[in-house]
Amino acid sequence: MSGTFTKAMARNVFYGGSVFFFLLFLALTFDTMKALPKTDNRHNLTPSAAAGKHIWETRNCIGCHTLLGEGAYYAPELGNVYTRRGPDFIKAWIQAMPTNAPGRRQMPQFHLTDQELDDLVEFFRYTAGINTQKWPPNIEG
Amino acid sequence: MKYQSQAVALPYFIAAIALFAGQVIFGLILGTQYVIGDFLFPEIPFNIARMVHTNLLIVWLLFGFMGAAYYLVPEEAETELYSPLLAWILFWVFLAAGVLTILGYLFVDYNTLATMTGNNLLATMGREFLEQPLLTKIGIVVVALAFLFNISMTMLRGRKTVINIVLLIGLWGLAIFFLFAFYNPTNLVMDKFYWWWVVHLWVEGVWELIMAALLAFVLIKVTGVDREVIEKWLYVIITLALVTGIIGTGHHYFWIGTPEYWQWWGSIFSALEPIPFFAMTVFAFNMVNRRRREHPNKAAVLWALGTGVMAFLGAGVWGFLHTLAPVNYYTHGTQITAAHGHLAFYGAYVLVVITIISYAMPILRGRAANSPRAQVLEMWSFWIMTISMVFITLFLTAAGILQIWLQRVSETPMSFMTTQDQVALFYWMRVWAGVAFFAGLVTYVTSFFVKGESKPLIA
Repeated sequence: MSGTFTKAMARNVFYGGSVFFFLLFLALTFDTMKALPKTDNRHNLTPSAAAGKHIWETRNCIGCHTLLGEGAYYAPELGNVYTRRGPDFIKAWIQAMPTNAPGRRQMPQFHLTDQELDDLVEFFRYTAGINTQKWPPNIEG
Repeated sequence: MKYQSQAVALPYFIAAIALFAGQVIFGLILGTQYVIGDFLFPEIPFNIARMVHTNLLIVWLLFGFMGAAYYLVPEEAETELYSPLLAWILFWVFLAAGVLTILGYLFVDYNTLATMTGNNLLATMGREFLEQPLLTKIGIVVVALAFLFNISMTMLRGRKTVINIVLLIGLWGLAIFFLFAFYNPTNLVMDKFYWWWVVHLWVEGVWELIMAALLAFVLIKVTGVDREVIEKWLYVIITLALVTGIIGTGHHYFWIGTPEYWQWWGSIFSALEPIPFFAMTVFAFNMVNRRRREHPNKAAVLWALGTGVMAFLGAGVWGFLHTLAPVNYYTHGTQITAAHGHLAFYGAYVLVVITIISYAMPILRGRAANSPRAQVLEMWSFWIMTISMVFITLFLTAAGILQIWLQRVSETPMSFMTTQDQVALFYWMRVWAGVAFFAGLVTYVTSFFVKGESKPLIA
């Protein structure tokens, strides 16, 4: 680096640049928060869906599955599972676990009540309605 | 070592290496479960093993960062640590919290653990990487604040070098952004949006400041290059990191229910994120080439150069590979992400922590450098672990490309599980690369126990 670019200048560029881009990030965040009601499907965020999210979290589903593409990559995407499989299949599937098929990936049995199963399905109905800019590319997730 | 209180770094480094070993063992379990699905089921289901694997990574890197700070801050500030006793207390508190949390994951049903630890008062658990019980999260904050108090007071008492300032900004940022771990709105889109304020603004933000500061410190020590030159580089690198990385958060906001414009902001800024890593590589090689002394610790120089190169490959190149929105549309949530995650964490953060350990540990043990035999073994461990991780990454990338093709691009897309069966060959190869990585880790640990004539420390 040339002698004309001093350490003091480098320091000023660092502080100025970081503050500027962080403020820009805050501005974009603010705008996103204003725009979210149009895309985040909040009108389908019923108490049941909220309870479903709690079940999703307390069973650590994200440890195997992805949800809108984020999570572990061991088991299928579930953001759109409501559309792909429908409510009855989802409930029956969870209740049938584990398959105990030798050598196959196993999902634990969570002993969910009927109410809890309904809540979880309601959560998936909500996630399937989020506007994800047409992701995933097809129904398989 | 120049100041007695730097010695407190030693237990932190030992704990870091021990937890690193635990992380790799759980990685092997996970890799095996990818190909033998019912391996260790139901004793250790995949989701539990993965949580242990990723949480151990975070905890041991934090141990590494804290140990590095306890070693480096007093030396840079030219004063003793404000309170070595506090550092010792925090060591045991953090170790106990970490070990108890991991044992909780393994031996208590996750839902029961959540109920026991107050998750119904404030639900924060069950989100990727932030699975820790509320009590653990609070513990992390308390330890982090007490730690920051200790090293901030140390710096304020002494010389305020650029390395110390940058390291402290990074560590304070780490603590501040972790607070978003306590914010978990029911609205999934907002949950995900602010979740990234912890995850992205850590690893593609403030952690890069910590990394650059540690690298700069070791480079000053092993090359003897003028501090002015290195500090100017340091400012340039961290400027590039934050200018690209903050808005670069947008590359996580493509498909989670956020506005479409993030595809532009995220693609453009995150496409520039490799630049600071490239600068770090150039920096490391440049400084070593311009060295004014031959430091007896050759191994530390190798780790430092390796950090630059592998961080650029893992975080820079493998990140760029799937960061543009039209590409990410297909790669999002596939093994491509896993490939990038492995090489980026290894190249940037694992290697930088090992770099500072490699430099500091011999000094903490009362010598300038380890014996040549020990160093040869240590350098072997660098090559075995690094090459193994490159292969893990290549196999996961191959699996990812195939997965994308079969499941997302093909006109007759296969289901997720059918696709997984098709790419199993690559998962098998990944497991074997993982075994090789473990052999490298064993070599690394062994190098600490090799005896031999070592260079004495000139006080």
